[in-house]
Amino acid sequence: MEKFFFEDDNNRVTGKAVVTGKAKYAAEHEVEGVVYGVLVGSTIAKGSIIAIDTKAATKAPGVMKVITHENSYKVPGYDYGGNPAKGLTGGKGLQVFNGNTIYFAGQPIALVIADSYERAVYAASLIKAQYNQDVHATDFAEMGKSVIAVEGQRYKDNIRGEADAYKNAAVKLEAEYIVPNEVHNPMELHAVIAKWGADDKLTVWEKTQGVKSAQRSIAAAFKLKEDDVQVFAPFVGGGFGSALRTWPHSIAAVIGAKMVKKPLKLVLTREQMFQLVGYRPYTKQRIGIGADKDGKFIGITHEADGVTSMYEEFTEGTVNVSKILYQCQNVTTRYKLYPLNLSTPTWMRGPGEATGCFALECAIDELSYLLNIDPLELRLKNYAETDPERNRPYSSKFLKEAYQLGADKIGWKDRDPRPASMKQGEWQVGYGMSTGLFNAGRGNAKASAKLYADGTLIVQTAVSDSGPGTQTSMTMIAADMMGLPVNKVTFEYGDSSLPPGPTQGGSTTTSTLGSAVYGVCFALQNKIIDILKTDGTFNKTDLKVEDVSFTDGGVLLKSDPAKKRTYSDILSKAKLNQLEVSDDSKASEQMRNYSAYSYSVHFVKVLVHSKTGVIKFDKIVATADAGKIISPKTARSQMIGGVVGGIGMALMEEAVIDNRFGKYINNNFADYHVPVQADVPEIEVAFVNKPDPILNPIGAKGMGEIALIGFAAAVSNAVYHATGKRVRDLPITLDKIM
Amino acid sequence: MSHNEKLLNDDCHNSRRGFLKKSVAATAIALAPNVIVKAAEDGLDEKAAGYFEKTNIKLTINDIDYSLSIEPRTTLLDLLREQLHLTGSKKGCDYGQCGACTVHVDGKRVLSCLSLAVMQEGKHITTIEGLAKGDDLHPMQQAFIDHDGFQCGYCTPGQIMSAVACVREGHANSPEEVRQYMSGNICRCGAYNNIVDAIIEVKRKGGTI
Repeated sequence: MEKFFFEDDNNRVTGKAVVTGKAKYAAEHEVEGVVYGVLVGSTIAKGSIIAIDTKAATKAPGVMKVITHENSYKVPGYDYGGNPAKGLTGGKGLQVFNGNTIYFAGQPIALVIADSYERAVYAASLIKAQYNQDVHATDFAEMGKSVIAVEGQRYKDNIRGEADAYKNAAVKLEAEYIVPNEVHNPMELHAVIAKWGADDKLTVWEKTQGVKSAQRSIAAAFKLKEDDVQVFAPFVGGGFGSALRTWPHSIAAVIGAKMVKKPLKLVLTREQMFQLVGYRPYTKQRIGIGADKDGKFIGITHEADGVTSMYEEFTEGTVNVSKILYQCQNVTTRYKLYPLNLSTPTWMRGPGEATGCFALECAIDELSYLLNIDPLELRLKNYAETDPERNRPYSSKFLKEAYQLGADKIGWKDRDPRPASMKQGEWQVGYGMSTGLFNAGRGNAKASAKLYADGTLIVQTAVSDSGPGTQTSMTMIAADMMGLPVNKVTFEYGDSSLPPGPTQGGSTTTSTLGSAVYGVCFALQNKIIDILKTDGTFNKTDLKVEDVSFTDGGVLLKSDPAKKRTYSDILSKAKLNQLEVSDDSKASEQMRNYSAYSYSVHFVKVLVHSKTGVIKFDKIVATADAGKIISPKTARSQMIGGVVGGIGMALMEEAVIDNRFGKYINNNFADYHVPVQADVPEIEVAFVNKPDPILNPIGAKGMGEIALIGFAAAVSNAVYHATGKRVRDLPITLDKIM
Repeated sequence: MSHNEKLLNDDCHNSRRGFLKKSVAATAIALAPNVIVKAAEDGLDEKAAGYFEKTNIKLTINDIDYSLSIEPRTTLLDLLREQLHLTGSKKGCDYGQCGACTVHVDGKRVLSCLSLAVMQEGKHITTIEGLAKGDDLHPMQQAFIDHDGFQCGYCTPGQIMSAVACVREGHANSPEEVRQYMSGNICRCGAYNNIVDAIIEVKRKGGTI
């Protein structure tokens, strides 16, 4: 562990490519002879297609093909002739152009392929569909009324200790909280280029958070050998979860390329991004929480009603946060899922934990006022020293330190704790805080490394990076292990043919892949030692890794630093052009006995205008126990970015459906508001920065999710402190405060 | 089909493109050779429209002169990305709502997705690819790297083009002013703080940018 001292303020290794416009995102790869596909969506939300008139479109200039369910190439992995009424699948996505059933508005009904983008767009406007329209269900208010919950084992009540024990507590709170549909909306539109080569080999440039998972999905759909599908994603313009799956539009592009025998490019529109690549599902939650007079929790009951599509069950860990965040003997959770005529949701940054923490962390704030105990103090009184759900120790937990860092920086104890007590001119001043947590995992990954005579190192693995800076942190780990400057290390990724890396999701990339990069560099060190042992350089046949230092110029003997071997010497003596190793990295057995979580704490100081209800941030402090910080500069950026996402969740984001038509009415950036420059104040970030000694060899936990989790609750709590008004349904728009 | 559905479908066919096509066809009858008018009458109007719909324009992009034949409905952004392979300018919304497509036209920041290419006759366009001088990055590009003014990098070219214009316009005198004048460029990764720092640094260092 002594080697890990990532104090360098390294810039992102992708910087130059990005700022010069040379970085190539999915739709930007130059592929000879590429043609353009445009998807046409259903204009109804439920029913079936009676007929599609494609004549005018087919006749339009430059059009090569119009594909519908009537003439589509039959995808070998699809289930044709299946019965759509047989119920929801567990994770089997929409099968594009398979049958005439319409499950949601915007569902692809045709793919128009033309020789130019403009021609394809125009021809797509000529498609006329006739439908047998059915009564759709998109109204959240009907959940539990006309819309019936999905049945099944996973929707059974989960009871730890006594059921609904909060009801018997001296002080108790019951409240309902709502998180609306939110849409990831990465800046890059989802896009794909598909090219069939000779022998049915397929090349796909795809916007994906997982080149290996995309390869597997596409290979499975088209019944190809995985090696015959190569997926490239060297740059990914944001994802936040939307690019975790291979969606129907990508399969449609592969179908299209097959049918016209040309490479095909398909880019979704911003409107289609609301319908075809997932969203954070609307969730209505009820919290019941009770404590004794000293503030010790007696019981927590957490119920959530979530949304899914008509064809697939999507569940997330919304209610789980109440089982694990605090010490409480009696926890009851209930989770219900309601199918609506919408597309399938998917994990959006922080996923269910962000939804769940909004409710739980608001409820704890509400309870603190009933108890007349400081909200931070209440959390500390119920601090979990061991995992209350699994009864085992944490691999590391420095949440108390994160609380302290944040409280000091925001000036928590200097505030007047009474609601609506602080003012600055016409502005009411409020302080709020919250906790967030997310599982810290480590999966399997493989990496390879090549060391050359000039001391340059190439590390390879099939991962993609949608923004956190994986290339940078992996480059830094390899550079640190081998004692090389960062510019002598090249991290190659974004290609499914490289050694299998993880999907970039669930805050596990640094832990999983960092361990693999650590492992492969360790293997490389050992290989060098093996050569040095036999070539007599240091006259030590029992030479060990600990006996030497790996440096830019070569290997030094610690006991006699004058003794040095350059990499060029080592390779030439061993008659090798390069040293090549690979490493299979797996989670440690030891972790079976531990629980691992990353934690965030958000403190905000808001100003609420007393006449208009406008909310401004005066100060935001985000702190985290994310284990060892590998790349300080990009880590800070990721925390700031999570807060910005949290500002959107707290104050503005809501995808609104007009239930008369079952369609989104704000499916663009003018109407679906995300934070812009003027909405975002300076955000202060502080990390506890202590390594987790057990989870992995590099000490890092995860950060992507916790950066956002809990933030919206801190804002709601601050607005209450400022105004005395409690807003329990997001986003907190000014009409709810007035 | 419901009544509403029919309305929606009918709406579809009064598209901008439909209007353009009809206008072009009307002009065609006055100006075009008989054979093409005949083709239009024979129901080959769509094919006929294709012949008319290219216009010649000359413009300068990153100091290179281009003489192009393009469809009038082609946006400057699609011309850059799809025909000239200058993919540094990004498409994030196609409606002028996100700023990812920002380029300079005659030195001013412009949303290339809302600009028809045919209207750029004789204009000087600078895209992100034309900002650096050879291997020497523009100071704003370097500042974005130094301050980590991006994560995924997709909005970055638009941010940088806007940022350069923001300084040139004299709108970078304080972080607050920068926040106002950079609010047309969305960054979903949330690099806003770092972008302000980059712009303020470039402004503070002075010099011509």
